[in-house]
Amino acid sequence: MYGLFLRHFYLIKSSLPRVLDLIYWPTIQIILWGFISKFFSIYSDYYNNTLGIILTCAILYDILFRSSISFNMLFLEEIWSRNFTNLFIAPLKLKEIIISLIFTALIRTLIGLVPAIILTSPLFGISILKLGFPLLILFLSLYIFGITLGLFVSSGLMRFGPSFENIAWSSLFLLAPLGCIYYPIEILPEFFQLIAKGLPLVYIFDETRNILINGLVDYENIKQAYLLNLVYLIFGIGLFYLSFLRARIKGTLINMGE
Amino acid sequence: MTIPLEVIDLSKTYDLKEAVRNISFKVNENEIIGILGPNGCGKTTTIGMILGLLKPTKGKVLVNGIEIEKQRVELLNELNFISPYIELPKKLTVRQNLEVYGRLYDIKDLRIKIDYLSEKLRLNEFINKITGELSSGQKNRVSLAKSVINDPSVLLLDEPTASLDPETGDFVRSFLEEYQKEKKTSILLASHNMSEVERLCSSVLMMNKGSIIDQGTPRELIKKHGRRNMEEVFLKLTRDLI
Repeated sequence: MYGLFLRHFYLIKSSLPRVLDLIYWPTIQIILWGFISKFFSIYSDYYNNTLGIILTCAILYDILFRSSISFNMLFLEEIWSRNFTNLFIAPLKLKEIIISLIFTALIRTLIGLVPAIILTSPLFGISILKLGFPLLILFLSLYIFGITLGLFVSSGLMRFGPSFENIAWSSLFLLAPLGCIYYPIEILPEFFQLIAKGLPLVYIFDETRNILINGLVDYENIKQAYLLNLVYLIFGIGLFYLSFLRARIKGTLINMGE
Repeated sequence: MTIPLEVIDLSKTYDLKEAVRNISFKVNENEIIGILGPNGCGKTTTIGMILGLLKPTKGKVLVNGIEIEKQRVELLNELNFISPYIELPKKLTVRQNLEVYGRLYDIKDLRIKIDYLSEKLRLNEFINKITGELSSGQKNRVSLAKSVINDPSVLLLDEPTASLDPETGDFVRSFLEEYQKEKKTSILLASHNMSEVERLCSSVLMMNKGSIIDQGTPRELIKKHGRRNMEEVFLKLTRDLI
C-alpha cells in the first residue's frame, strides 16, 4: 500500500504542473461561486421578472466552451493517435490547417449544442431562440473567441508538446469568473474589472442580459465585443505561426506523441 | 539532371547540443542510400530537417534542386515518410485513412490508386477494418501504402521493418525493391537491420555523434574495415569512437 502511495506521491512531487493542477480547480470554483453568491446577496430581485437568464447564459457560455474544446480536441486527437507528424509532413499550408480546424470545430460544436438547446424548451420552458436575430451575432462572437482560445492552446501544444494538455482543459475555466457570465461586471473587485474589460465575454453576456431583461439591443456592446475578438484572433493566428516556427527550431514537431 | 535529394553542410544544434554536424550527401534517382548509426547519432534529426519538420541551424536541403526552407509545402508533395514511431488515426478504417491522405496529397483517381496499393500490399482482406485493431505487421503495410500514395520522388524510411516478423519484414523489403525499380524512387533508409541494409542499399552513410564518419557501398565498407558483414563494420566503427 505504501509502495502504491509512493508511486503517486513521487509523480506529484516531481511535477509542478500537477501540483498547480490540484490547486487550480478548487480555487477557480470557489472564486466563481463566490462572485455568484455575492451577486445574489446584493441583487436578490435582479432576475425576478426574467426567467431563464441564467440558463440562457449557461448555454451561451457552452458555445464558447464547446468551440474552444472542439478546436483543441482536433489537435489533441492527432497527438494521441501519434498522427501529428504525418499531418505536418503533408503538403498543407498553416492557413489551410487553421481553416479546416475552424470549420470542423463548428460542426462538432453544433452537434454538441443543438440537442441541449432543443431539450431546454420541454424541460424548463426556456428557449434561447427567444433572443431572435441577435442570438446569431452573439453566437458568432462567442464562436470566434472560442476558436481564438483554441488557437492559443494549440500554439502551446505545438511549442511545448503534450505536457501543455492540461492548459487546454483549464484555460476556459479561468475565464469563467472574469467573463461575468452570470453577473454584471460591477460584482468583481476593481482590479479584476480592469482585466475583465479586456475580454469580449463581458460585453457579450452583458448584452444577453440586456436583451432578455429590457428587450433592447445595445450595438455598442456588440461592437466592442467584435473589436476585441478581432484583436485576439489576429494575435492568436500570429501566435500559431510563431509557435510553428519555434517548434521547428526546438524539434517538438518530430517528437510529438512519442 | 537535377538530383532528387541533396544535403549540403547541414547542422542542427539544440541549445548547446550539436545533434547533426556539417553533413553532406546526395541521393540520386533510382538509388537507395542507407543511413546507419547508434541511437541518438542524428539520423532522425537529419530526416526531420529533410522533411521540413526541423529548421537547420546551418546548411541546406535541396529536393529536386529547390531548397526545402524556401518552398516547404510545395516540396512536401515530392516527399513521404514512414516510421514505426508515427501511426495513422486508429479509429478510422484502412480505406478511410488512405482516402484522407489521398486527399491531403491531392491524388487524382484516388479510388484506382487505393485499389492498386491494396492489391500490391495485400490490404484487401482488412481494407474496411478499423486501423487500431490491426496487427503491427498489417499496420506497417498500411503505413507503407500511405507513404507511397503520392508516388514521392524521395521516400524516407525510418526503421521500416522494426518489430516485424521475418516473413512480413521480407515482404516489406521485396515491396520496396519492386516499387523502387518501377517508380525510380530515391530512397533514404535509416535502419538497424544490417542484412536489410546490405540487401537494399547501393551506398551507406555511417553516422556517429552527429557526423558522417564513413561512407561507401556495403561491399567497400566490409572490405575496407576487414570485417565479414555490415554488422561487424557497424560495431567496429561505433566502438572505435566510444
